[in-house]
Amino acid sequence: MRLLWLSALACNGNAHALLNYPHFEEWQEDFEWLYHPLLPSTHAFVEVEEGIEGVEILIVDGTLEEGLVKNRLVYNELLARYAAEAKCIVTVGTCATFGGIFAQGGEGRSGLHFSKERRHGRFDDFWEKTVSLPGCPVQPEVLAGTLSMLRLGEPLPLDALHRPKYFYAYTVHDGCTRNEYFEYKIDEHRFGALEGCMFYEHGCQGTFTHGSCNKILWNGVHSKTRAGTPCMGCTEPDFPRETLWRTSKHMGIPARMPLGVPRRAYLSLAGIAKAFRIERFERPMMEDERG
Amino acid sequence: MIKEQHRAEKKAKRRGEIVRTALKLFAEKGFYATTIPEMARDLKMSVGNLYNYFSSKEILAQEIIREISAYLGARIREVNEAELSVREKIRRIVTIYFETARDEPEMIDFFLRVYLSNREVFHEGCEGMICVNEFVTEIMIFFDDGVASGALKNQDFFSAFGLFMGYLGGMVFLNGENILPRALEEYVDDISENIYNALKVS
Repeated sequence: MRLLWLSALACNGNAHALLNYPHFEEWQEDFEWLYHPLLPSTHAFVEVEEGIEGVEILIVDGTLEEGLVKNRLVYNELLARYAAEAKCIVTVGTCATFGGIFAQGGEGRSGLHFSKERRHGRFDDFWEKTVSLPGCPVQPEVLAGTLSMLRLGEPLPLDALHRPKYFYAYTVHDGCTRNEYFEYKIDEHRFGALEGCMFYEHGCQGTFTHGSCNKILWNGVHSKTRAGTPCMGCTEPDFPRETLWRTSKHMGIPARMPLGVPRRAYLSLAGIAKAFRIERFERPMMEDERG
Repeated sequence: MIKEQHRAEKKAKRRGEIVRTALKLFAEKGFYATTIPEMARDLKMSVGNLYNYFSSKEILAQEIIREISAYLGARIREVNEAELSVREKIRRIVTIYFETARDEPEMIDFFLRVYLSNREVFHEGCEGMICVNEFVTEIMIFFDDGVASGALKNQDFFSAFGLFMGYLGGMVFLNGENILPRALEEYVDDISENIYNALKVS
């Protein structure tokens, strides 16, 4: 399957993440890079501007900017030309999908279809054939897995933002090793420590962020929360939010509830859970239970 | 089937009567001075039968506080769900509290004189704020909405909760001691305004 990877305002994080895909070598045998900014490709970028044939999947990386010229041509026009030809378009990373970090730094910047959660409509003709893979960066298994499924013609159920449900129907909270602490509302006050929930004080967005970070571990070993830092909600349209290391609260009540949980139900449960003092959670897990 | 249903209804009714009677006695005489035989006598039922409904005086007291919390919680929830300014919501909550003190004085008396005074009765089964959860949850929602709308100052929950509820509890207590020169409801305007001024964004 032939891939064309076009980067606009990008840090190459998504490409670097893909290089860490453990099965990259075998996986890429099924694909041809017509052009990729970092990988050996069939064509040079100047040829892409001149016009190449046979694009099956267009991969859009980085934040788009009105009038941006990468070499000779206006990038968005180049994009539109190949988008019309491609069977499918994949936006990799939050920048290409929702605007992301680079959209914070200038006017006229957005993702392919979205400015944060708002559809801007400039590339609406291509919406139906677009798959959104947000993340900062996108998890390599998510990108490689989605491309493989597209190659095999497997059904790929999508959510309302066109994210594949296989990877984004879950929240980062799923599989978090700190769930016991979440249940009993115990925060962890030391960054980098391996225990305690970071939802209450330390800004963790795992309970309302769509993603598989705690199901498919980064480099097979870790996730942010497992390493001791909060989830920053990098797959969501409003990434990056402010105060990433501190939970926004209204008189002690988290300003955002876990995904789909009604506030009244959450507060009732939290009130009950907080009433109990669970001794096991009051000390490091590695400490002997007998002290 | 109908017979069973009838029996369950009868039992629920009887349970309600026990709670009301116990509430009245607890509020009047305090937790320790009230006895199960006394309750049974007032209810015209045997002591043994009363124990079929509640296995101890402590459990009965815990059930009472849960019911009071649910009663107040449901009323404050109506305020939370109404399209009102924060200022008006405060007024409504103050009104609800004082109306309850007037119409259901045992409820507030029980809260002040038993629940807050005899904490040992509530240690097991009512840890933390479990038994007043419905009431506290609605106050939390009121604060959360108030801060989110920009009307209330964002501060520690208990600083605001203590100011609001401590004030109301204190006024009801003074009223119960017949110290206030005016009827409780005549204080609604001033007290609501004071609470609003203390909690609003400065």
